[in-house]
Amino acid sequence: MKVMNEFELKFRAKSENESFARTTVCAFAAQLDPNISEISDIRTAVSEAVTNCIVHAYKNGEGTVVINVKLLDGNMLYIKVRDKGCGIADVQKAMEPMYTTAESDERAGLGFAVMENFMDKLAVTSKPGKGTTVTMRKRIGNGK
Amino acid sequence: MILKQHERGLTVLLDGEIDHHASKTIREEIDTAIYETVPDELVLDFSIVSFMDSSGIGLVLGRYKVMHENGGSIVIEGATQPIVKVMKLSGVDKLARIR
Repeated sequence: MKVMNEFELKFRAKSENESFARTTVCAFAAQLDPNISEISDIRTAVSEAVTNCIVHAYKNGEGTVVINVKLLDGNMLYIKVRDKGCGIADVQKAMEPMYTTAESDERAGLGFAVMENFMDKLAVTSKPGKGTTVTMRKRIGNGK
Repeated sequence: MILKQHERGLTVLLDGEIDHHASKTIREEIDTAIYETVPDELVLDFSIVSFMDSSGIGLVLGRYKVMHENGGSIVIEGATQPIVKVMKLSGVDKLARIR
């Protein structure tokens, strides 16, 4: 698919940056003229992906989160969220709704479920000790 | 966040964005109020919350447990459509009354 526009955002995995990350991605995605409901879905999905990096990937220390956003032809939004944290040993298990390894922090274990439900496509690749990459796609306005 | 004690219990008017960063402080303040007032009913009012991700679900489930342990109940009030969407995904609407 042809890339119409793109940007990269790199920031420290600090909880203070969660709001900044989701707001920035939505501001860029606004070029596709999404409606309020679509903006809300994107904002929530990005928030979940970034929070996972902060809560899980870098639970033992600091690190960097990189987000790539592409606007593809056909009004398709592509978002990639990467970390170089601890990785996920069993991605399938981690994606089960209500599964969490951070119960003490009152995590609901719904991060991936939200991403999957609020976006059209979700893919997760991970290597223990190397990091995790989450990619999401959403067609805005039925591809208008 | 505004806490209001009333006849039936305690109402918490939440505001701003509820994410992982904000939820820790919110839950500490609510829990302190619960332990101090021991309410029969905890009302979480989301009417002026501008954003919530699944951290808000953790917040609701955690408060449900605290209230349930003391024989109390929890009510969710004023949640806007995007917030209800996240809540329904979690099934929290089966534990707490939404009005």
